[in-house]
Amino acid sequence: MLDFLSQPFMVRALVAAAVTGLATPAVGTFLVQRRLSLMGDGIGHISVTGVALGLLTGASPTFTAVVVAIVGAVAIELLRASGRASGDVALALIFYGGLAGGLLLVSIGGKGVATLQTYLFGSILSISQGDVWASVALAGVVIGLCLALLPQLFSVSNDEEFAQTTGLPVRFYNVLISVLAAVSVSVAMRTVGLLLVSALLVIPVATAQQFSRGFRRTMFAAMVAGLLASVAGVITSWYADVPPGSSIVLIALLGFTVTAPMGILLQRRRLARMPFEMAEPVDAHTVEEGHQHLHGPGCGHVAVEHGDHVDYIHDGHRHAVHEGHYDEH
Amino acid sequence: MTAVIEVARGAVALAGRPILRDVDLTVHDGEVVALLGANGSGKSTLVKTVVGLLPLSAGDLRLFGTPLGSFGQWGRLGYVPQRSTIGQGIPATVREVVAAGRLARRRPLRPASGSDRRAVRDALEAVGLADRANHPVATLSGGQQQRVLMARTLAGQPDLLVLDEPNAGVDLVSQQAIADTLAERARAGTTIVVVLHELGPFEALIRRTVVMREGRVAYDGPPTSLAASGHDPHCAPSEAAGRMPPMAGLLEEDR
Repeated sequence: MLDFLSQPFMVRALVAAAVTGLATPAVGTFLVQRRLSLMGDGIGHISVTGVALGLLTGASPTFTAVVVAIVGAVAIELLRASGRASGDVALALIFYGGLAGGLLLVSIGGKGVATLQTYLFGSILSISQGDVWASVALAGVVIGLCLALLPQLFSVSNDEEFAQTTGLPVRFYNVLISVLAAVSVSVAMRTVGLLLVSALLVIPVATAQQFSRGFRRTMFAAMVAGLLASVAGVITSWYADVPPGSSIVLIALLGFTVTAPMGILLQRRRLARMPFEMAEPVDAHTVEEGHQHLHGPGCGHVAVEHGDHVDYIHDGHRHAVHEGHYDEH
Repeated sequence: MTAVIEVARGAVALAGRPILRDVDLTVHDGEVVALLGANGSGKSTLVKTVVGLLPLSAGDLRLFGTPLGSFGQWGRLGYVPQRSTIGQGIPATVREVVAAGRLARRRPLRPASGSDRRAVRDALEAVGLADRANHPVATLSGGQQQRVLMARTLAGQPDLLVLDEPNAGVDLVSQQAIADTLAERARAGTTIVVVLHELGPFEALIRRTVVMREGRVAYDGPPTSLAASGHDPHCAPSEAAGRMPPMAGLLEEDR
């Protein structure tokens, strides 16, 4: 049954996938909140240049990828913050430069695209013991900082201007989020691959936010979803003999697709209870005559706040209690 | 009385366009000031400058006697922006948003202390949303969301409150709740500067109005019955008559 555990490379791949699955959605939560969902893609493309540099110079591709990814992520953030290019244009500029640069360097080095492919789509066979330790250490740093600075990072992502008036160094935290994203991309490179890494930043978060009521819970739920998808994806990759990147991302997407209908239902129930605004005081009364049902807590009708009182939704009407009868609101 | 806000010959330019010119404004400890003016008169720009979000292109700005450049007591300053995007993106609970206002008085990497949690709870109670602490912000009405923004700022226990149109698009119940909370803070000695379209439920609270017009201060003095009611242009008090700007037109635009 668990025969894959007898293969040392599978154990290494599972450990790497587990820490990747936990760390990547943690950063992804902040990226999604800041509407930078595609930032992971941009960083992934830049990292191609980093990997190529490693292959060319004989240095560890993971190390060069981390360095180049951080430089690129900071560049994206500075471009965005200076307003010289809007967020998505800044990403696009760096996307293409990174990918083209990487291909050029690999061709110069004569390694060919085959070597690069293990980094583009992930490969459980190519993960060495050293890679696993590096992944665990880097993922640990990412998760640790995301949790320790959660209040600050939440404030900056939720309302940047307000965060600034509370004296938070907004620019520092924005750059930090970018650096954490770059590090998690480099960690995910070996299992998911650079071209699909963004999926692991975004999809678990999208799955989690359908259910959760709060930011912190969304983050934790996304980490669990990322962990499950990554581990299940690597196991699938072993049995089906497909690149792990594809199986991880497809399983994450499957999770989203299965939970989406439930999420939509939950959302509708919440929105139905959203209070109505009371723009003007009610003066003209439309009385609902001869209404026999007694509305009250737990009467079976959706109760919605309306200014200073409660309306009950009854067959598409809004009934408000008023001096022994119901008004139509 | 010490000066809490001092703007001297302040000017602000956005992308090269001069928005504020020659603004002199001093607000003293414990004052409650309403900033009035038509859309585009520069009142929002002025408050954003005062809280340090926009740089002065000329002139001088001091907060609590310290030039803005070297100001560091952010816990004393409380800014309530116009209803913003707090409900968008990832769901966040009311408590999470309000706790962000406490960060001015918290150091990073330390867990929230008992007094931090108490400040958040008190702020939620002050705006009447204590029972909503665990609800997602997005499921609140617009008026309730504005009260969440108010609570977020109160959680930092500021000495100066700067509010940008807290009753824009807000239902009457929430307008009254916000006005009551402000009255409570004013009694406790908090200095308040509030940008308003019309005085409305804030009328009883306001002792001084500053009317902006095309980026300059057009009137600075006690509220006139004209400014207060916005309806009757015939009963302006005589002491302000000499300095009266053509406010009638301004205020009619507002509704």
